[in-house]
Amino acid sequence: MDSLTFIIVCPLLGAVLIALIPRSFEVLFRAIALGATGLSLAGAVWVFGGFELGTARIQYEEVVPWVYSLGISYHLGVDGLNVGLLLMGALVAFAAACVSSEIRERQKEFYLLLLLMTGGILGAFASLDLFFFYFFHELALVPTFIMIGVWGRGANRREAAFTITLYLSLGALIALVGLVALYLETGARTFDVVAMTRHVAAHPVSESAQDIIFPLLMIGFGILVSLWPFHTWAPLGYGAAPTATAMLHAGVIKKFGLYGLLRIAVPLLPEGAQRWAGLLAVLCLGNLVYCGLVAMRQKNFGLLIANSSVAHMGFAFLGIASLSLIGVTGAVVVMVAHGLLAALTFGLSGYLHQRLGTLEMAQMGGLLRRLPFVGGVLIMAMLAGCGLPGFANFPGEILVLFGAWIRHPVIVSLAAWAGLIIGAVYALRAVRMMLHGELPQRWHDTPDAANAWRKLPYALLLAALVIFGCFPRLLTDRIAASAQQAIAAAQGPSMAEIQRADDRLFGGPEPTKTSIGRRGASDAGQKGIATGRSIRLTGNAAHE
Amino acid sequence: MSDLTAIGLELAVVVTALSVLVLDLWTPPEQKRALGYVAAIAVGVIFVASFAVLIPEPRMAFGGMFRLDELSLYFKRFFLLTALVVLLMSTEIADRIEAGFPEYCALQLFALTGMMLAASAYHFAMVFVALELIAVTFYILTSYQRRRLASLEAGVKYLVLGAVASSFLVYGIALVFGAGGTLDFARLANSSNTGSHRVLELGLLLVFLGLTFKLASVPFQFWAPDVYQGAPTPTVAFLALGSKAAGVALLIRVFYEAAPAIGRGWHGLFAGVSAATMLYGVLCAIPQRNLKRLLGYSSIANGGFVFLGLSTFSAPGLSAVLYFLAAYLFTLGAAFFVLCLVAPTAETADIPALAGLHRRSPLLAAALALSMVSLAGIPPLAGFFGKFLLIKAALERGPSWPAMYALAGLALLAVVISIYYYFGVIRAMYWPGERERGIVRDPEPIVLSGLTRAVLWFCIIGMLWLGIAPDKVLNLAEHAVRALAL
Repeated sequence: MDSLTFIIVCPLLGAVLIALIPRSFEVLFRAIALGATGLSLAGAVWVFGGFELGTARIQYEEVVPWVYSLGISYHLGVDGLNVGLLLMGALVAFAAACVSSEIRERQKEFYLLLLLMTGGILGAFASLDLFFFYFFHELALVPTFIMIGVWGRGANRREAAFTITLYLSLGALIALVGLVALYLETGARTFDVVAMTRHVAAHPVSESAQDIIFPLLMIGFGILVSLWPFHTWAPLGYGAAPTATAMLHAGVIKKFGLYGLLRIAVPLLPEGAQRWAGLLAVLCLGNLVYCGLVAMRQKNFGLLIANSSVAHMGFAFLGIASLSLIGVTGAVVVMVAHGLLAALTFGLSGYLHQRLGTLEMAQMGGLLRRLPFVGGVLIMAMLAGCGLPGFANFPGEILVLFGAWIRHPVIVSLAAWAGLIIGAVYALRAVRMMLHGELPQRWHDTPDAANAWRKLPYALLLAALVIFGCFPRLLTDRIAASAQQAIAAAQGPSMAEIQRADDRLFGGPEPTKTSIGRRGASDAGQKGIATGRSIRLTGNAAHE
Repeated sequence: MSDLTAIGLELAVVVTALSVLVLDLWTPPEQKRALGYVAAIAVGVIFVASFAVLIPEPRMAFGGMFRLDELSLYFKRFFLLTALVVLLMSTEIADRIEAGFPEYCALQLFALTGMMLAASAYHFAMVFVALELIAVTFYILTSYQRRRLASLEAGVKYLVLGAVASSFLVYGIALVFGAGGTLDFARLANSSNTGSHRVLELGLLLVFLGLTFKLASVPFQFWAPDVYQGAPTPTVAFLALGSKAAGVALLIRVFYEAAPAIGRGWHGLFAGVSAATMLYGVLCAIPQRNLKRLLGYSSIANGGFVFLGLSTFSAPGLSAVLYFLAAYLFTLGAAFFVLCLVAPTAETADIPALAGLHRRSPLLAAALALSMVSLAGIPPLAGFFGKFLLIKAALERGPSWPAMYALAGLALLAVVISIYYYFGVIRAMYWPGERERGIVRDPEPIVLSGLTRAVLWFCIIGMLWLGIAPDKVLNLAEHAVRALAL
């Protein structure tokens, strides 16, 4: 079996296995879920490590024709855009399976649905065929609905489950219409993204069609990513979801729409992207400023991090709207970083909810004394959310801000203000209210994460955040070439000229395989794929 | 003699039906149930045998009244498979059918014959005979549990509205004959292409209205919820699948073959009916609390989706319709099978009564949940691919007729709304209800026979198969559509 299929099939096979095992073997379900997501994670690490740097080529490719008459094929592959997302998704899935020990009833169904969700979203990230891309994403819809309804928390979880399901279905269907229209408009008679991209390079989609299809995809995918003003499902849904579902959804599944924009909308509809990027940039301010302010007002920690996760999406949108290599690279870094961060914060809030029975911040205080480990991780997570250097969010956000400056200077100023100040206000306030101050009597014997096994999911996610934060080139070196390819057609004329000038200065953009090992990455930078330079700069900045 | 070989499949079904009636005379009462299995096995064998029928080119029989081509064969296979599931369903609840179980089976087989003839009808006389064969048997089948008031009510409603629809049809046929001078589709196609004729159009409009009754679509949709709620569950399944598909087959025959020019000119009418039917179905389904009634409205909405495909007047649209029907077969097969096991009477089919079904029987709950997800059109199940093909076909038609974009948008809206009520059923089954909370009830488990399990698994695998690996059936559908030379 090929690596990518292995990564996807492990959770799905695990789900089938759980379905077939009788209910009386309750111990097995959790073990199977851990094993399946663990194997997926191992596969994703293997793919990430073996990924060849400095090229936009599709790697680990698998193609199996599926429906001949429609041009649908089972086509998997990774390039810079999705290799990091795949690793992040597998890691979050494993962590989600780890923290699910809080689930006591109906474990069989829970782990089955969790694995189904995991397989679906990993499949969506690995797919290079529009049909399977959509197909895999939708696998998560029903599990989300049932999980919030059955294992969710709060009195309004029923409404939350329906809201999130209907809202996401609407978004997905709008995106589906956009995808089908794109399929029809390209005239390539194939759903294969790679073949379509090749076809579009020679025969671009007519401008009038681009003008209609791009906003369809932007709104459709935007709803899935909680783009302001279509974000209202997210705080409601995440507030009511069980821990693992919130981790997977906020961390991983939400990135699907962003990935779709980068993989499909921007490269295939470059003129539409140019025309609508301005609006996208304005809307992303809604996420950053408006949702940030909303997060500031929250009294419930769950709602606070749900709103802050919506707010952070603004950076990813801004990066995409910049249509510049630096900005798009930053957007991908933000996607990976935010996935890890959202999973971490939702995991921690799940732990607190399980131990305290409430997430009202006014009732907490001084918990750091009782919870040195969980509290410590929580402080770090909150600081990472503020964009503190050393965590993966910092390089992503700063790349986005640098990259977007040329196209949207005003918005960048506002975004930086929103991201740094508003983010810091609510994050630090939460830390102060929950962890510092007086410890109320009732929490005096709250236990910390008891053993290494309990600490593992949080430690893993935090470690990934720190590693990517201190060595952002692990990501950017992989992303840059593919990001360049994705926006090649959509870059404005001025950017294209800069690009050409860079190429003249630094020689050919095609580095050979032998010269680029993981250590020789700096060579690739000097070979000068235009932004190798700038990314290296910011990479070092992050370091220092 | 060659005429008889052309209707070989229909003859085999009739012989089976007559054998069931005759065998009934010598079967002791306690073994009558076995006759249901006999009928089911026979239908299964005929279904398999239908794949041995090879038609290199369309065959006409009985002076051009009967046409055997790939399209009719596709529908015949659909009807046979539907009848197989319905017969097994009937056998499962044989004890509840007091008034002669073998006759119940035989009537279903006669209805099946009517459907199969309708798939091949190439002459308006044949259309009428086939439709009346279906209608008359269904008048009896809907009111078969004659001691139950609901069943009788359903029967009467179906009878009255069916008779009205039939009269529309007959009047339409008469006008067509008066204007075109022939009832034969081939000759009508030649004459109607020469020029438009008001009377002919009026006749065809009445035929169209008569057929909308079969599809339970606007303007003849009112009967569906009441009849679905009251009639015995196997009858409802047969109505929802077989009778509806027979109407689709005839619509295709009449408006794609007998009067293609007029049909294409009426795509606006088809689209309008589609929009009205979809909206009516989904909006009325929202407040429903009874699952059978809900399925009635859902059946109306799905009739609207079928019209969406028909209104494209294109090969992709038509193959999408055929695929959609195949997906619908497995989906509704599972739903009605579960329904007839958990809800013996109309009252117990209330959605809240499904609470805790996953504890009483995980398989039943899973099958019903999967069929609801499939009806809602969500991957990886069959319904998704059907709706995907329909919407794709509609968008494909858009450049030449922009109204299709609006219709596709409306279809999306309908899908989103439908998710609300389909998921309501899932909620009722899986979410802990208010009653269940706190008090640990020990609901009695439902014991399933081996055959029931097999049928449910068959439907589940069918749903997954059509959703994940659509290639085979899609090829069959596309092959069938090629017979029409669009």
